[in-house]
Amino acid sequence: MEGVLGRVGLWFVVLILALGAYLGAQDAGFAVHAVIVGIVATGLLLFTVMRYNPLTAAQSIFKMPPGPSRYDDDVIRWGVIATVFWGMAGFLAGLIIALQMVLPELNIEPWLNFGRLRPLHTSAVIFAFGGNALIATSFYVVQRTCRTTLAFPGLARFVFWGYQLFIVLAATGYLLGITQSKEYAEPEWYVDLWLTIVWVAYFIVFLGTIVRRHEPHIYVANWFYLAFILTVAMLHIVNNLAVPISLTGSRSYSVFAGVQDALTQWWYGHNAVGFFLTAGFLAMMYYFVPKQAERPVYSYRLSIIHFWSLIFLYIWAGPHHLHYTALPDWAQTLGMVFSIVLWMPSWGGMINGLMTLNGAWDKVRTDPIIRMMVMALAFYGMSTFEGPMMSIKAVNSLSHYTDWTIGHVHSGALGWNGMITFACMYFLVPRLWNRERMYSMRMINWHFWLATLGIVFYAASMWVAGITQGLMWREYGADGYLVNSFVDTVEALKPMYAARAFGGLLYLSGAIVMTYNVWMTIAGKLRDEEPMAQAAHDPAKDRPITAVPAE
Amino acid sequence: MANDPHNETRVDQPTGTEFVGHEWDGIEELNTPLPRWWLWTFYATIVWAVVYVVLYPAWPLVNNATQGVLGWTSRGQLAEEISTADMARQGVRDQIAAIDIVKLPANPELMQRAVAGGAAAFKVNCVQCHGAGAAGSPGYPNLNDDDWIWGGDLEAIEFTLQHGIRWEGSAQTRFSLMPGFGEVFSDGQINALAGHVLSFTDRGQSSATGAELYDINCVACHQANGSGNRTFGAPALNDAIWLYGSSEAEVRQQIAVPNHGVMPGWKDRLDPVTIKMLAAYVHSLGGGETLPAPEVAVLEEGNGQP
Repeated sequence: MEGVLGRVGLWFVVLILALGAYLGAQDAGFAVHAVIVGIVATGLLLFTVMRYNPLTAAQSIFKMPPGPSRYDDDVIRWGVIATVFWGMAGFLAGLIIALQMVLPELNIEPWLNFGRLRPLHTSAVIFAFGGNALIATSFYVVQRTCRTTLAFPGLARFVFWGYQLFIVLAATGYLLGITQSKEYAEPEWYVDLWLTIVWVAYFIVFLGTIVRRHEPHIYVANWFYLAFILTVAMLHIVNNLAVPISLTGSRSYSVFAGVQDALTQWWYGHNAVGFFLTAGFLAMMYYFVPKQAERPVYSYRLSIIHFWSLIFLYIWAGPHHLHYTALPDWAQTLGMVFSIVLWMPSWGGMINGLMTLNGAWDKVRTDPIIRMMVMALAFYGMSTFEGPMMSIKAVNSLSHYTDWTIGHVHSGALGWNGMITFACMYFLVPRLWNRERMYSMRMINWHFWLATLGIVFYAASMWVAGITQGLMWREYGADGYLVNSFVDTVEALKPMYAARAFGGLLYLSGAIVMTYNVWMTIAGKLRDEEPMAQAAHDPAKDRPITAVPAE
Repeated sequence: MANDPHNETRVDQPTGTEFVGHEWDGIEELNTPLPRWWLWTFYATIVWAVVYVVLYPAWPLVNNATQGVLGWTSRGQLAEEISTADMARQGVRDQIAAIDIVKLPANPELMQRAVAGGAAAFKVNCVQCHGAGAAGSPGYPNLNDDDWIWGGDLEAIEFTLQHGIRWEGSAQTRFSLMPGFGEVFSDGQINALAGHVLSFTDRGQSSATGAELYDINCVACHQANGSGNRTFGAPALNDAIWLYGSSEAEVRQQIAVPNHGVMPGWKDRLDPVTIKMLAAYVHSLGGGETLPAPEVAVLEEGNGQP
């Protein structure tokens, strides 16, 4: 009873604070965010009061773990659904902004113009889709490879829901025009503070689970997850150091200025790629590829060397985003040099993933999930070669500020992050909901081909567009004057933008097929179709090690 | 390597490689050595990196950074490239600088180079308002036609470029200020006046009131037949070209609360040669007028002027 009262009081205080923030808001955007926080606080208040009824307690949405003899999978189930949902939202936003580049009339002012939808797209795919995939898979993997249940189950639930609140505040903020103008770090100070709290809780849950493991060694996937969580915390906190203009307004000033601000931003931005989209997703790869291939990991030694070299080198490569700017030459040199040396450590992950299939290469033909994983690793290899190449100053002087960068990012994002996440979702859904298999294995195949074709259209059109753009910008006539104006290049690129949007449409279509497939699997349906190969799974063995006999 | 003494060294059949001996949730690891090509490529990138950081500025020290033995700087490279490009253009620029803009058409080759240089400068400085094709948009004059508010010969265009229009940065700026009549006239009077103005192009009905108001208030600048006056920068009202729109509503608006657009002067931002080249380019777009040659010169033969 006292616990309930305490929580009711806490949510009431939050509600009052939100109300105060709403009334004292300096701008409309902050007011809307205060309302959202207020609604969440009201919901939690009502929920806490209702939850006091012991009858409803049993089946509440914050269902607590079943006990030490079963893995705590509720958060992971929510995470899988959130991943699919935010993926759809993010891909759709991406398609809309791609179409806006072809048909400028689609810019609906002020909330749905390109400037506001673009961060919505990037944050939705990276942080909402990718972030939920990372949280869900990390909780799944850390329990299984440590043979224990999640430490602090209540905190784990807070991590999931707190992260969703962060996503909603960030996404609505973009549409309302709230931004601190830092790429991939657009949310303002109060949303950043909230994410810091959530992220520290995430770190505590993850580390706590490793500490209480029943295995003598920590599996390589967990090294990568831990590096991802720890480094993202550091990056997020430092890059978002800011002084609010008012405690009841959404605006703030960064503590850094000028080129220091730019360097901090790209130290953050590059390592968002390095630790969020590379280290985190390599962790997924290190668990799900061997599980799905039913093969041992290719090389333990390679995993050690490439882990430490990747972690050490990535953090220095950020300045290559600022070639030929006010950044001092020495910093540009170091950014480029570390990027080149990073090439082989990055490829170590690809080698370890692909070569794990040694002895099981036939599964590329028979298992659509393995096929997705192999394609993901192939794109990982391609973009981690392309990245160091583009960091070379001579190449960068052509590629910088062009659509080549967009193409590079998307071959990594769609090919590597997207494909590996889809493969993990197809692995997880039947196991989490106790189904024999996915509703349809053949639909996974459809998804694979739609996505692959989509990436080909996307990457190829952006390569052509980027190089065209770079060459047109630097084109001098025989008389020594620039030949093209900026708008000439825009006109030349328009067909490429249309091809890119078509690629995005294919990719989104693949994701729609996945959403249907996941939906039907959760609903307990099985499509009547010719069988395809799939990895063995024994639910009886999928248990933590525990002193208590299994139920 | 048997990290787990309970596990004897086992060999993975398909690959013939030893297991390390750890196992997590069914996942084992092989003890494959690092691929040689991978390791040597990694070493090669490190060696390359060491060489590169010696050659180029790289390591931050207390007050400065290492300069690199090549002495390369990005500022130095930029200065060198700009200087090469400038040198390549220098001959032409010198010639253009030396020649009076009035005499430029007499030298077709130099004129052509001036137009090319002007086209490049136009793309950087002018397209934002006048459009990539110099066709303008409401409030920003079309530079392709022969309707000039302040004059369309080379000298007049150059002057406009230098000093701008209603630009506070130059005392010599082109300046006209059409008064607003919204406070002075009734709606009916403005309607009558707009009708009279539109009657110049047979699109409106003139009336006694309209004609009278025009005679009293507008003739001084816009002339009785609406042909305008370049001395005052008063636009012609008897043609099809309208800076702020040709509909009756837009004409009424311009009588009641006139727009007064501003064009910045470029004399402080661009060098005289670039301005000359811009004038040549704008002049070449189609509406350029020949210079108002002195009357004596018209009588002379063979001065290059048609």
